[in-house]
Amino acid sequence: MYLHEAQAKALLAQHGIAVPKGHVAQTAEQAHGHAAALGGACAVKALIHAGGRGLAGGVRFAQAPDEAAQYARAMLGKALVTSQTRRDGEVVREVYIEAALHFETALYLSLIIDQRQAVPVLLASAEGGMEFEEKAVAAPAMVQKYPFGVDGSHNPAALAAFLEMLGVSDSHGAAVRGVIEAMLRSFLSNDASMIEINPLALMADGSAVAVDAKIVLDGNALFRHPEFERLRDTARSDECEMVAQANEINFVRMDGDIGLVVNGAGLGLATHDMVIAAGGRPANFMDIRTMATAEQIATGIGLLLNDPGVRVLLVNVHGGGMTTCDRISDALALACAQRERAVPVVFRVAGQNAEEARAAVAGLPMPCEVAGSMTEAVALAMEGG
Amino acid sequence: MGILIDGETRIIVQGMTGKAGTFYTQLAMDYAGGYVAGVTPGKGGTTHLGLPIFDTVTQAVGETGASASMVMAPAPVAASAMIEAIEAGIATIVCVTERVPVLDMIRVRDALNGSESALVGPNSQGVLIPQVRKIGVMSTADAMPGGIGIAARSASLTSEVVAQLSAAGLGQSATVGIGGDPVHGIGFAHCLALFRDDPATSAVVLIGELGGVEEEEAADFLAAEPYGKPVVALLVGRHAPEDRRMGHAGTVSVLGSGSIAQKSALLESAGARIAATPDDVVRVLAG
Repeated sequence: MYLHEAQAKALLAQHGIAVPKGHVAQTAEQAHGHAAALGGACAVKALIHAGGRGLAGGVRFAQAPDEAAQYARAMLGKALVTSQTRRDGEVVREVYIEAALHFETALYLSLIIDQRQAVPVLLASAEGGMEFEEKAVAAPAMVQKYPFGVDGSHNPAALAAFLEMLGVSDSHGAAVRGVIEAMLRSFLSNDASMIEINPLALMADGSAVAVDAKIVLDGNALFRHPEFERLRDTARSDECEMVAQANEINFVRMDGDIGLVVNGAGLGLATHDMVIAAGGRPANFMDIRTMATAEQIATGIGLLLNDPGVRVLLVNVHGGGMTTCDRISDALALACAQRERAVPVVFRVAGQNAEEARAAVAGLPMPCEVAGSMTEAVALAMEGG
Repeated sequence: MGILIDGETRIIVQGMTGKAGTFYTQLAMDYAGGYVAGVTPGKGGTTHLGLPIFDTVTQAVGETGASASMVMAPAPVAASAMIEAIEAGIATIVCVTERVPVLDMIRVRDALNGSESALVGPNSQGVLIPQVRKIGVMSTADAMPGGIGIAARSASLTSEVVAQLSAAGLGQSATVGIGGDPVHGIGFAHCLALFRDDPATSAVVLIGELGGVEEEEAADFLAAEPYGKPVVALLVGRHAPEDRRMGHAGTVSVLGSGSIAQKSALLESAGARIAATPDDVVRVLAG
């Protein structure tokens, strides 16, 4: 679960990290008022759930409230496309009006779990700022790693030496250590899977201020954090994806015309790869989870039947455990019975109860071609089913 | 014969009395047996599916001599169940539970350090030695005994590859689902070491995905010294939708993308053969 900048900063401030004063605005008029309260000069930032805003025009600096309102008006209601959003971008519904800060140097700090060592690890660079990611990809050596214990334990002297090696001056060492320790506390107590501060401004008075921040919370740990439920922004989520999720189906909507009905993430990715390699365009990514009932799967198939862009359904299911192949044919029959629209189906099943499922789809009211292999199924779907 | 478990292995189930636990334990018992007890705190002294239920793993081990556990406990308590199994000295722990928090998993990994236990999962379909033992929830419809060892990040794709291998007359020595979570128990490199030392295994199929570091670690392992058995890698997610590919975009770009192109090149230069699709595995294996 991705927290936008204002949410992330509020959480970090709770743990004692200094952030610039700022307010969320939903209209240009609110932006004007907030800018005036900050004294006129401010940053106007699009609140979206992705990074890369600075280079994409999602962060502007205003000298006066009128200018801030003008930038806010230009951003609000429009899709912002950055290197980290989907191709069609994310619609900006709120902007963050924040006191502008003057600083000479800045760090990049990111706390994540190291998958190999299974401990929290700090990624740090002395070259923080807007173009950090592009620079880091070109010169990975500019990013240094510092591992912590499972519970966040570490040796303060060793961390101080690490920061010195990174090039943090003595005058800022204590403040930066304080920020890192607060990031750790926030990471562990909130079940974060990433906390990134970039840039962390190093101020002339020796303090350190988080100018931008991103937090990703572990979606699997939300049962421990009911307080985050209100931060979930359902307005931004795709409705199909939410319906599918509620029905034990992982679903990602795409813009193609081949509707995919597949069980399991791996088989889903494999099917996706094969369709695209054959020159086809999937309408979606689907991964039916093992606990899904025929009714739930029918709901998932219904999402595709409701999409006028879907020209053919490609069913590729390997049955086993609770997801037997005949559960899929049952779901297909249910979905057909509930919908007016019929589209051709390419039906490819293997594994448990495959024979029964193939026999069952022969009686469906829509044209259904049975394919033997995945390769054959993809070819049939390309032809139109 | 196979890896991690064998025909003598006695198995307990942690979380057997729940809906999924009951369903899948019954399937596994019907397939090959070896199940001796269940562990559900608070239900000790009762029986379920004809097996005795104990309150703790230590009690179950003491009474039954079990050396393997299938963990199906709900996500909020799955880590405690795994740690309990580690502390009770269970040799092979297979965790099927999905959606275990990552901070819980780093505690589990910490508990594994210095222990004798091997953890498979979480979010794993389990370990199958065809017709000998099944610990997990995988399809067994097409599995047959033989010489191909499979280690995989995906259950459904494993079933697909197993079916194609069996149809071509190639049985399996063992299939291991290492699980789909970022922090988990044994990985591809560990499985490769076990398959190399297993006389019943003549070739290995790795089923990988984009993201993570499993394929990179496998490539490091294969590059270190001659493996001596053919290894085929099937890697999926080359054209994954952006949402799946991009995850933690900024930090991911710093750490390296974990793209299929990158993983594929590393594995190939380490001596593995690459299968482009599930339909290519048998052909590439015949090589």
